[in-house]
Amino acid sequence: MEEKPSIKPPVVMQAEPWHDEFVAGVQQHFEGAILDSASYLGDRFLLVTPSVVVDLARHLQVHGFDFLVDFTVVDYPKRESRFELVYILAKFGGSERLRIKTRIPDGAVIASLTPVYSGANWMEREVYDMFGIRFDGHPDLRRILLPDEWEGHPLRKEYGITQMDEKWVKSNLGIESGQ
Amino acid sequence: MSTAPHTLLDANELTLNMGPQHPSTHGVFRLILKLDGEKVVGTESVLGYLHRGVEKIGEQRTYAMFAPYVDRMDYIAAVSNGLGYCLAVEKLLSAEATPRAQVVRVILTELNRIASHLLWLGTHALDAGAITPLFYTMREREEILKIFENYCGARLTTHAFRIGGLQYQLYDGFEEQVQAFIDDFPAKLDEYETLLTGNRIWRDRLQGIGILTAEDCRKYSVTGPVLRAAGVPWDLRKTNPYSGYEQYEFDIPVGKNGDTFDRYLVRMQEMRESTRIIRQAVKQIPDGPIMAKVPKVIKPPVGEIYMGIEAPKGELGYFIVSDASLNPYRMRVRPPSFINLQALDKMIEGALVADVVMIIGTLDFVMGEVDR
Repeated sequence: MEEKPSIKPPVVMQAEPWHDEFVAGVQQHFEGAILDSASYLGDRFLLVTPSVVVDLARHLQVHGFDFLVDFTVVDYPKRESRFELVYILAKFGGSERLRIKTRIPDGAVIASLTPVYSGANWMEREVYDMFGIRFDGHPDLRRILLPDEWEGHPLRKEYGITQMDEKWVKSNLGIESGQ
Repeated sequence: MSTAPHTLLDANELTLNMGPQHPSTHGVFRLILKLDGEKVVGTESVLGYLHRGVEKIGEQRTYAMFAPYVDRMDYIAAVSNGLGYCLAVEKLLSAEATPRAQVVRVILTELNRIASHLLWLGTHALDAGAITPLFYTMREREEILKIFENYCGARLTTHAFRIGGLQYQLYDGFEEQVQAFIDDFPAKLDEYETLLTGNRIWRDRLQGIGILTAEDCRKYSVTGPVLRAAGVPWDLRKTNPYSGYEQYEFDIPVGKNGDTFDRYLVRMQEMRESTRIIRQAVKQIPDGPIMAKVPKVIKPPVGEIYMGIEAPKGELGYFIVSDASLNPYRMRVRPPSFINLQALDKMIEGALVADVVMIIGTLDFVMGEVDR
């Protein structure tokens, strides 16, 4: 599975490195935890270790980026740390934006961002619902869009587009398939 | 059983179930209220009844095939959804729509903003017991839907734009029809305001209800008119202009108190500002092609981008990850309704049961977008 035909175009994002005073300040504050800083098509991001995410969000809240726009996850099943968590931050009322990315393996628990942003509550519940990632310190980690008893996490790559929790569908809807 | 002493007064905490089939929940949304007499002491939202897995579908479709799906999220403002999606894919491709397409996009999305706000106004007033405004707002909304229908044949799920430009050439008489609408519309807005703004009952139902301060908005990631009513002039059309919004003159209406009445005023003023934008745009639709040169088979390079636009309900964003294949690797939608709805709990806290429907109405959410 690893080998790709050699004629293919570059398979990694052609991001430009991003270094300025701001990044230097963050790097100094979180020594060794900032793995990468780059920008792609004008979108800047920091790749960090999972353990510093909440502290970094708290630090950035004081230093300008004080609005959580969105939080989501990208699933790369072939990687060792398969889940890439993406936090999109903005300056409240301003135009600047920044993404924090971090990678965790399947089954790892990451600290919840709800103590910093109340708005992270439902975003993390959705991520739990769709990917099965658990958050430490979340006040109410339940499924949000799917039924509570549903088995499986649909946005994981191995979950098929027509797949469903057949047991649940049968016992609750009385039909063989929703398709 | 609790061993705490009970009196008749503290024993009557009542749990009230509202929805999922309730006329004022504006869709299939279930709200569980915990009541102490007339006062709401706690709420729980239950969602997901309309979940269709739009993000999963996005991973299984090509970029062009997914475009009609986005119309079915916020079906009240399908044009805005389409604009956000097209802009996101164009950003990923480093492409830009033609000048003609950009101006027409602005006209159609601003018309859609008015249509969305009109539906909100009519149903919001209906929730308060005022039936007349609904008929009036539907009458004007019909004019906008007629323009959409003439342009693309659809009234709600329009699929008006394509990646790189417009779906169709403009029909003969488009400019005149739009001009006639915006000439007429301000007087109609005055008419609604005569019915509502100074109305004693309307004010009593709205003022001081469901207050959400700017700081709450920041914590809860609330965007759109709800945020602006709290006094924060944040509008992506100004701070991160797209589709040529920087060339139009318009103001960002803001409120002071962040209550339901301010949100009403902000949305009313936004409709006037939208009219102003359309007035400028319709006079200067340039000639030229409606489609930029984008490849027939869309295969963006490996990368990930986020593109947010100011939809009628707040910031609508698309986070797309491309792996240089025909389908997006990940298609995340940041739905303004879903994220704004989270603040409902905060707004209802301490309110009276009768105010709950007003607070639900003022958030202006669409369940198709909340559940996706």
